[in-house]
Amino acid sequence: MMRSVLPILTVVSVLLGIWVLSVVPMNIHLAADQAQRDGVAVVPDTPIARQDVGALALALRNTAVVPMTYTLDRPRLPGPQQVAAELWKTTVGTRISSKKSLVYHGWVTLSATLLGFGIGTTLGISLAVGIVFSRTMDLSVMPWAIASQTIPILALAPMIIVMLGSLGIQGLLPKAIISAYLSFFPVVVGMVKGLRSPDAMQLDLLRTYHASASQGFWKLRLPASMPYLFASLKIGISAALVGAIVGELPTGARAGFGARMLVGDQYGQPLVTWAALFAAAITAAVLVGIFSVLERASLKRMGMAR
Amino acid sequence: MMALAAVMVIWGIGWTMNLMLARRDHRSAYWAAPLIFGLTLLLIWEVGVQLGDVSPIILPPPSAIAVKFVQSLPILWADFAQTILKGALTGYIIGALAAFAVAVMVDRSDFLTRGILPVGAFMAALPIVGTAPIFVKWLGSDWPSKAAVVGAMVFFPILVNTVAGLRDTTAMQRDLMRTYGAGYWPSLLKLRVPAALPFVFNGLKIATTLALIGAIVAEFFGSPTVGMGFRISTSVGQLALDLVWAEIVVAALAGSAFYGAMAMIEKRLTFWHPSQRK
Repeated sequence: MMRSVLPILTVVSVLLGIWVLSVVPMNIHLAADQAQRDGVAVVPDTPIARQDVGALALALRNTAVVPMTYTLDRPRLPGPQQVAAELWKTTVGTRISSKKSLVYHGWVTLSATLLGFGIGTTLGISLAVGIVFSRTMDLSVMPWAIASQTIPILALAPMIIVMLGSLGIQGLLPKAIISAYLSFFPVVVGMVKGLRSPDAMQLDLLRTYHASASQGFWKLRLPASMPYLFASLKIGISAALVGAIVGELPTGARAGFGARMLVGDQYGQPLVTWAALFAAAITAAVLVGIFSVLERASLKRMGMAR
Repeated sequence: MMALAAVMVIWGIGWTMNLMLARRDHRSAYWAAPLIFGLTLLLIWEVGVQLGDVSPIILPPPSAIAVKFVQSLPILWADFAQTILKGALTGYIIGALAAFAVAVMVDRSDFLTRGILPVGAFMAALPIVGTAPIFVKWLGSDWPSKAAVVGAMVFFPILVNTVAGLRDTTAMQRDLMRTYGAGYWPSLLKLRVPAALPFVFNGLKIATTLALIGAIVAEFFGSPTVGMGFRISTSVGQLALDLVWAEIVVAALAGSAFYGAMAMIEKRLTFWHPSQRK
């Protein structure tokens, strides 16, 4: 673990470096326009003439304008420090009850995610148990569960929202259903694999103990499935978050990460979009991180840590 | 009431057939049972909607979707070409090639490999679809912005799998290459790339679904007046749900075909791997 800290830091700083360097060529045209409006002399002195000049050439001929590329109000690519400042402002610097607070929007998305994830995992685990114990279910349902992974289910999201909307169901539940749907299939497939992972020797041992089917389930199959369960939970929770965000797009929702991304997009406030994007990424990271910690702790306790 | 009874009867018949199939345990059960299950669900849907007087605005029956599908084949084909062939496929190829290139470069340094594996796995779990509005702003609303979103989405899963695969050789195998006096390139091309292929295809197969999702969802943020995501979001607005379902059928077919194509290439190229042997 400690061995990888330095390499990880290196990779992250390389990525950050690429980002910081890209800001100049991405924004230099905008910055030059802005500088001219502020009365600074810029070398090709009309916007149209500047269109023909490459970004790097323009930056080299107007070195005075370069720092401005990091401070534009509406940049094409904001600098990392701008995104960080916007994130700070909208999380810590704003009251949670305010419509501008990302904590508020995050909670809207997160509650749908968690509700949907809960529904999806519960149903997924129950279906997996059914598949493992009923040959009929295995034969008829399992191929569909596998095939469903090749289908872009997310395309259904707008329709589910409208369908439920015309039934009078609005707000949290439609998004949660999309999240549930997305986290359902990875859990089914993973759990079936996990519940089947005990080998013939272990199953035979239980048979020599004269263990019943339910004892076999609780004492062998379920514990053996834990590594698979955690792997699919991690896939499921990030899928559920994506589902909740996409569920907010087509309805013109007013709250949530997806809504913030749309607002920033439509009202020309790139910083809002970027902040929402990073907040969503941080949320996903925290959720997956929580499951990784749970995974490590419980596998260690069960003596399965690798 | 009628509808409920009919649905119960159909379900009963379908399930009994499958119960019998499962008990018989003939080879045919492996394709017949899922087929019967799927047909049962379709029939329940059709009969339930027809007898239960469900408004087509909420759920159109499968027959209406099939009719709409056939009627609007030209529209569906245009959307398919715009979203799948131009957006998803271009992005998929760009993302995959970039991932291979980075993986081979990184592979030379153990230090970088140890850094890129966790970071890449982490990035693969992030909601990268969210970058769609940004790419639409940068590259316009036509297909290049969709290809960019798709490229960003498929890059990390393929990268992580390729990097992990390139490391998946035993010391014995590497020593053998060394005794042959093989340099970097021969040992890369003849040992490590073939050894990585099962991992690479794992990544490529995961990425097929991601590519379609990226191309469709990115169109929700702006698109020309053609494309599957555009059609889905506008038809939902017009409550033309039969057309939406037809698009979803296209998406499902395209997704399965894409995945199937990758699985077939995998079979051809990694016939030696234990998972492919009969």
